[in-house]
Amino acid sequence: MLDAFFQYELLRNTFYTGLLVGLIAPLLGAFIVVRRQSMIADGLSHVTLAGLAFGLFMQKKYTLLMFAPFHTGILFSIIGALIIENLRDVYKAFQEIAIPIILSVGVGLSIVFIALADGINTDIYTYLFGSIAAISSSDLRLIIFISLLVIIFIFVCYKDLFALSFDSEFAIVSGVKSKTLNFVFILMTALVISASIRIVGVLLVSALMTLPVATGMRIAKSFKQTIFYSIIYGEIAVIVGLITGYYFEIPPGGTIVITSALLLGLTLLFNKLKAVRSLKKDDGYAA
Amino acid sequence: MSDPIVTVQNVYHRYDQQTVLENINFNIEEGAFVGLVGPNGSGKTTLIKLMLGIEKLQRGNITAFGQPIQKFKNKGRISYVSQKANSFSRGFPATVKEVVSMGVIHNQRRFLPDQKKDQGLVKSALQKVNMEEYINRNIGDLSGGQQQRVFIARAIANNPKLLILDEPTVGVDSQNVEQFYDLLSKLNQELGITLVLVSHDIGAITTYVTDLLCLNRSIHYHGNPNEFESLTDEQRSILYGHQINTITHNH
Repeated sequence: MLDAFFQYELLRNTFYTGLLVGLIAPLLGAFIVVRRQSMIADGLSHVTLAGLAFGLFMQKKYTLLMFAPFHTGILFSIIGALIIENLRDVYKAFQEIAIPIILSVGVGLSIVFIALADGINTDIYTYLFGSIAAISSSDLRLIIFISLLVIIFIFVCYKDLFALSFDSEFAIVSGVKSKTLNFVFILMTALVISASIRIVGVLLVSALMTLPVATGMRIAKSFKQTIFYSIIYGEIAVIVGLITGYYFEIPPGGTIVITSALLLGLTLLFNKLKAVRSLKKDDGYAA
Repeated sequence: MSDPIVTVQNVYHRYDQQTVLENINFNIEEGAFVGLVGPNGSGKTTLIKLMLGIEKLQRGNITAFGQPIQKFKNKGRISYVSQKANSFSRGFPATVKEVVSMGVIHNQRRFLPDQKKDQGLVKSALQKVNMEEYINRNIGDLSGGQQQRVFIARAIANNPKLLILDEPTVGVDSQNVEQFYDLLSKLNQELGITLVLVSHDIGAITTYVTDLLCLNRSIHYHGNPNEFESLTDEQRSILYGHQINTITHNH
């Protein structure tokens, strides 16, 4: 079943990218979810779309091929992250307002650039919903680099990030450099989003960061386990989603997220059944 | 007598146009158990945040262990149990062990830290608060009182000299509050940790603390809690600046 994936280079690149984002999206997502910042991913993904559209526009109108949409997407995502951090500082009491601002500006810019680049075409379609055959070898190399960066960041700063997510005041008193860490964290989020977009698409990239974590949290007993299960769920969703997407000719964004949602549903159901069963068992002892 | 571990001199603080602290002066001696009391909005939390260096000092001087607070490098000497700690824990997927491990974050080198040493510190902290049997439980599954013990363990894991607690009994049910204060007394007397306990409930803490500090924008009383006890309600309310919520506790 996997033969086709390894026969063609583009599909092979997609598969490797899938495995990487199935790892780094839930890895970072676990922190995003417990910090109650799930919406940040949505905000940034729409800014990334503006970047992608900007790249397309420059290429189509001015044939400036150096503006590869993938790269302009990363650039916009990073700029978006910087603006969010800045806005959160300006609106200290209403930090969440940064997200709708950045999201709407992202969509607004996207519409303008898409229109200027002659409207919706297949490229934009693949950016919105993800694509099975969009990863060139140089894209893959960049995604490998991003993945390594994220993994090293989490490995080195795990304790600080965990403490900051749980109780920021205690973390700061203990000497965690909260400002720097928050800043690097949101930069990493921007990078993961731009790396994941090729596969799951702009509209669903935040789902890949949050759905596996929502599932993992239900069965994990500790935070480390939450990360572990989230990654397992993320990888299953990506692999199943890519293969079914390929065979049924559906953009993988849809199939990956539906798989994630099914896993979440099954896990919740399983938990429920287990709870009911243990209740019955308790009754049995009591009687 | 050795130098005070914290000195606060002529401290003023304001948010926008509102003055929240006015002419604050006091010292904290090593080994003391200080009760910082005052009604809601009296500036207690602001004052301790200034002492912790979380809030930026606007006017006046604060020193900790002889250094100005702006330059003070903590290195685990001052620890903190925040008001927020309790509200964040519900639903957070973490075990007691993981929570207490946060207390030993910067002990060691970042790469390949000595896990065994950290784990030893975590275990001994949990023993001190009688929670070692809960080490692998989820923090969200514990009662309010148990969670607060875990937060104490986290705060003392690195063997601090000074522990500041902001309203730690919020969310602890009334039967366990007394036990909780007993635990604090034990930390103070047996382990020699200097304590600053912030509370709005003066009646509950006077029997435990060695120093009482009544704050309502400025300091209205600083001294022995027994002397404070002997004052009449009228004298107290003058000291306090306005009416005081005296709750009688019959222990």
